[in-house]
Amino acid sequence: MKRIALALFACCSIASADERRSGLLDMRPEAQAMQRDDSMNPGMLWVLDGEALWGRKPTPAAQSCADCHGDAAASMRGVAARYPAFDQASGSAIDLAGRIIQCREAHQAGPPLARESKELLALSSFVAHQSRGLPIAPPEDTGMRAVRALGQRIYNTRMGQLDLSCAQCHDDHAGRRLAGSSIPQAHPTGYPIYRLEWQGVGSLQRRLRGCMVGVRAEPFAYGSSEFIAIEAYLMERARGMALETPAIRP
Amino acid sequence: MARVLLRVPTMTEKGSVIEIRALIQHVMETGYRPNAQGELQPRDIIWTFTCRYGGEVVFNATLSPAIAANPFIAFTTIATQSGPVSFTWEGDNGFAQTETRHITVT
Ligand code: HEC
Ligand code: HEC
Repeated sequence: MKRIALALFACCSIASADERRSGLLDMRPEAQAMQRDDSMNPGMLWVLDGEALWGRKPTPAAQSCADCHGDAAASMRGVAARYPAFDQASGSAIDLAGRIIQCREAHQAGPPLARESKELLALSSFVAHQSRGLPIAPPEDTGMRAVRALGQRIYNTRMGQLDLSCAQCHDDHAGRRLAGSSIPQAHPTGYPIYRLEWQGVGSLQRRLRGCMVGVRAEPFAYGSSEFIAIEAYLMERARGMALETPAIRP
Repeated sequence: MARVLLRVPTMTEKGSVIEIRALIQHVMETGYRPNAQGELQPRDIIWTFTCRYGGEVVFNATLSPAIAANPFIAFTTIATQSGPVSFTWEGDNGFAQTETRHITVT
């Protein structure tokens, strides 16, 4: 009897613990050390580039990000933790990169920032770095609810010639290996990331394109409502986990 | 100018072993990769790194196309005297950059 009670206790305590883990912990120790020490983390080069851009006017007549937003350590703290967010003006969800693109267009009238451009990745890295260590806190507004539901639907839908869903790898087989890589739980905690395979910094959407191409599916376009929906769902799934930008990933 | 991250102790005791770390932003294009049009992209790498301490070379490395982008180099030396520690990277297309820090030895 005692033994049964003990066994029951063991089962339930495991089930109630938070079993979510960042992709950081799935990496070999050398790569983890690289992320944890800013003097070894090449993602910091992009953060420093972003800091320089933050204070620079894109055209002589324009205002810099700093002219409007001041010290990013105060004004941008926590911002990355609550994106994607609902944009009242357009009536749709917007990701952090999209918000920065919008600020450049609407408030700086400067040359547009292209998705995955060095400049946009640097600014996104710098802004997201201001939230490092803070818990992911997706907004509660009703506008985002439908967006997350769409993201969840895509996440659970089989796609591509391999006919696999995100969930089949990242929920059903997380922790196991696929060829040379271990399958992480797919938490969006470290973006933009410095990926060793890319030898550079890239966005979450670039990472998602890689997964879609991997199952021979046609990837969604950068900035598309589908990608923003998946991003919103992944952020909800990782609610409360700490942001790590700039993370290292294999 | 390429962006650089350096870790050099500013103050240390004479005779102690100090660790120096240098990370530089660079594509390290191998010269063996085709671009989207199928043409080989020309080689663009850093081929040498030199650290001078008080004017004397204390560390030197030759880099090759097999080294990943944004090369990170860490090494140790002995703190002998107060003075400048300079770092020079040289490479293809006339790439040359020097950064200097000061170290105080007590
Ligand atoms: C002329 C003033 C101005 C400039 C310049 C400006 N912004 Fe903004 N920014 C705003 C305003 C106002 C908002 C509030 C939302 C809106 O109206 O777009 C905002 C919102 C934001 C947000 C969302 C903040 C949140 O709490 O959700 C981010 C991120 C941001 N800006 C980044 C930048 C970056 C990066 C730059 C430089 C490339 C920049 N902004 C330049 C005025 C500016
Ligand atoms: C065939 C299995 C497979 C499928 C299907 C798949 N992925 Fe992945 N995914 C991986 C592997 C493996 C990695 C890690 C790659 C590495 O370590 O280089 C990864 C990495 C990721 C990461 C990065 C996690 C981190 O720690 O930064 C995210 C996010 C992600 N996937 C989301 C998705 C989404 C969303 C989908 C569906 C559109 C998807 N994946 C479909 C195998 C898969």
